[in-house]
Amino acid sequence: MNSGLDAAPGIVAIVLVTLATLLIGTWGMRFSRTTSDFLVASRTVHPRLNASAIGGEYLSAASFLGVAGLVLLNGADMLWYPVGWTAGYLLLLVLVAAPLRRSGAYTLPDFAEARLGSRPVRAVCTLLVVAIGWLYLVPQFQGAGLTLQFAVGAPTWVGPVIVGLVVLANVTSGGMRSITFVQAFQYWLKLTALLVPALLLISVWLGDGAPRVPVGGEWLSPLGSGGRGLYVTYSLIVATFLGTMGLPHVVVRFYTNPDGRAARRTTLAVLVLLGVFYVLPPVYAALGRIYAPELAVPGKSDALVLELPAVMVGGPLGELLSAVVTAGAFAAFLSTSSGLCIAVAGVLSQDVTGRAWWSGRRLGGVAAFRLGAVVAVTVPGVLALLVPSIGVARAVGLAFAMAAATFCPLLLLGIWWRRLTDAGALAGLGVGFVGSAVAIGWTVAVGTTESWADVLMSQPAAWTVPLAFVTMVVVSRLTPQRVPVSAGRLLARLHLPEATGQAPQPARS
Amino acid sequence: MTRPWRRRHLGTEADRATFRTLHSASLAAPALRTGLNHDSAERSVRHLHALLGTPAVALTDTATALAWHGGGQHHEAQCAAFAVATLERGSTRMFDRDDISCPVSGCEIRTAIVSPLVVEERVVGTLQTFTGHATAGLARAVDEVARWVSGQLELAELDASRTRLMEAEVRALRAQISPHFIYNSLTAIASFVRTDPDRARDLLMEFADFTRYSFRRHGDYTTLAEELRSIERYLLLEQARFGDRLRVTLRIAPEVLPVAVPFLCIQPLVENAVRHGLEDAEAGGHIRIEARDQGQDCVIEVEDDGAGEDPDVVRRALAGDAALDSTGLGNVDSRLRNAFGDDFGLVVETARGAGTRVVVRVPKFSAGVHA
Repeated sequence: MNSGLDAAPGIVAIVLVTLATLLIGTWGMRFSRTTSDFLVASRTVHPRLNASAIGGEYLSAASFLGVAGLVLLNGADMLWYPVGWTAGYLLLLVLVAAPLRRSGAYTLPDFAEARLGSRPVRAVCTLLVVAIGWLYLVPQFQGAGLTLQFAVGAPTWVGPVIVGLVVLANVTSGGMRSITFVQAFQYWLKLTALLVPALLLISVWLGDGAPRVPVGGEWLSPLGSGGRGLYVTYSLIVATFLGTMGLPHVVVRFYTNPDGRAARRTTLAVLVLLGVFYVLPPVYAALGRIYAPELAVPGKSDALVLELPAVMVGGPLGELLSAVVTAGAFAAFLSTSSGLCIAVAGVLSQDVTGRAWWSGRRLGGVAAFRLGAVVAVTVPGVLALLVPSIGVARAVGLAFAMAAATFCPLLLLGIWWRRLTDAGALAGLGVGFVGSAVAIGWTVAVGTTESWADVLMSQPAAWTVPLAFVTMVVVSRLTPQRVPVSAGRLLARLHLPEATGQAPQPARS
Repeated sequence: MTRPWRRRHLGTEADRATFRTLHSASLAAPALRTGLNHDSAERSVRHLHALLGTPAVALTDTATALAWHGGGQHHEAQCAAFAVATLERGSTRMFDRDDISCPVSGCEIRTAIVSPLVVEERVVGTLQTFTGHATAGLARAVDEVARWVSGQLELAELDASRTRLMEAEVRALRAQISPHFIYNSLTAIASFVRTDPDRARDLLMEFADFTRYSFRRHGDYTTLAEELRSIERYLLLEQARFGDRLRVTLRIAPEVLPVAVPFLCIQPLVENAVRHGLEDAEAGGHIRIEARDQGQDCVIEVEDDGAGEDPDVVRRALAGDAALDSTGLGNVDSRLRNAFGDDFGLVVETARGAGTRVVVRVPKFSAGVHA
């Protein structure tokens, strides 16, 4: 797949991104403050900065490479991926963001514990965070393998190893001291890396007399073909709209907001930032249809964004543009992987590696976190090498489907329905998890969408999500005596603005 | 490692009976340790029932039935009367057929043995056992179990009084803005009134805000941001007095500012640092306050480069030796442990002449803790 490119610009780009990440991570917030500007130090993270950070963490390899590849390959119906990934924040904004922040929870298991006061539910949530995190990490690592293979001609195992090591070094050394700044930087880096080449490519396209995209019919149909296409589309909408709120690395970032109002404002800003970003991948896909139709085959399409600048421009400028895009792609792997690694290592250190397992001796906080981080990166790293790739965006879609079938019912019912019980939550989480896990196993093993069964399994959200909701509601209604005593009080806290009940702050001149 | 070996290992039938008894007792203990109320009675009564092996067991307070376990639930209404009668006597009583009228046929309950639960020489409730016919052995067993339950309730009382003590200490700490600090701050402000009225006004506002925060009444917890804001005000006032002799570096990761911390848990540490850092130091002192993000936890460090302290003295201060001068330390330590568990106590690194560093670790989320 290496189309005779010089490896040097790609390597330089990757090294620069890695260095910048490490430097900002270590020194971003390390400039000390003295008393002359005291009252600045306790100023919380501004929603706009926090939104950039969420965008940086959220825009993964699936967004950077996968979307363009899918649209190139399958056509306009794949635009539902970016639409859903953005609209998920709309639901988060309306239904979840502020109450979740007011619950004081840092992770999703924390929310389960605060809401239901049950250790078993907490344990199941921990398991789910790890499962979703790994499911999300595997395609990131595979995407890294693809990128490095294209950029410098390395074998596919090099990418996962390098990204894994950088993330691990960064997370375990405490280098992510100012993670908010790093992730915010990554968003703008990714946007620039996609926007600048896109503008140049559009000017080339205009220079060529703006040729029309040489396709029609099915490629332009927004709902796929036939009944199956319609099912897949709706299932995808359910998974992406409802899955976003259940992603462990996204939820963790909301903790940085000082209050519920700031959480809402952050989410609104995220919507804008994502909306701007997701305009770009379809541009690449459309141009790819015109200039690089040979890439429109499964397995190759994910490399479209990386390859298109060289194909369309060529020469040193093409190489430079390729390097820029490569840098952006690498930033995507690093930021998303770091965020996921921190989230997974966090719950692992709290509920697994930090417990007394062997000879009653407990690991301290830092050691437990480091061990958790090693496990959090190693397992998906190995999986990425062993499991065949099913396409970056599609694999991430499955992680969304699992989040939608498990955490979405827990969050929505937990926040908006007083009668949820621990038994109901356990049953619903179990049903959602088993349904999604079977579907994912089936999809990876079978790998085709010949029969209706295959289609149902490849996009499981449309049946797993309602199933999980119904189970949770029915079992909760059957166990009314298990409604937590504190449910009413907690819900009041989730839904009342923080300012009520506190002494008003007089204005200072 | 075959099963027969394990069975032998567990001892004789008598041993195992003992283990079963102790196990039932240990299951009932956690609920009872929260005190005697509906919830704890409900959760412990079934284990007491298993312990006594009679048809039914009930727990009451001094006036009403709290929980019933076993058959013959229609007798629950009589519990209150038995409790009142036992309360008058103050010792174990037996109620037989004459006292228990039973309209239900086939009900095996004929006798009730009622033992008072005594906490600090005061009857707080009763343990009631309902059975077909009472034996002396059963009466003895009920008496002993009641005594054990009383012991657990006494421990609960102890826990409660420890919490009350802690609350009193926090209140004391709030009221305990040192008179020296007030005097020194006001003098420092006074010195600016003519030369720099604007600064004097600003400092007075800081002083007002600082005292308002320290005297606030509601809530045991606050956010780290609020606590740091108060510390900044405190340091501004101290700096007005010490000028360049007090140098401060703040390094705060914004991610951890929303973390909930016990009210006034960092400020006393800073006050200690200022005092130690500037003690007998003509050249002044340097104080460093750092808060950083560490996975599920937030780590806060307060460091001074002052005279340091003998580690043994610090150990005694943390153990709660009131004779020592390090006011806040023991109090902050016990409040942190109380809120987050024993893993989250204070860590103090110090030696004579080597300065002092106090490290506080706070979990980002802990059930029941919110600002």
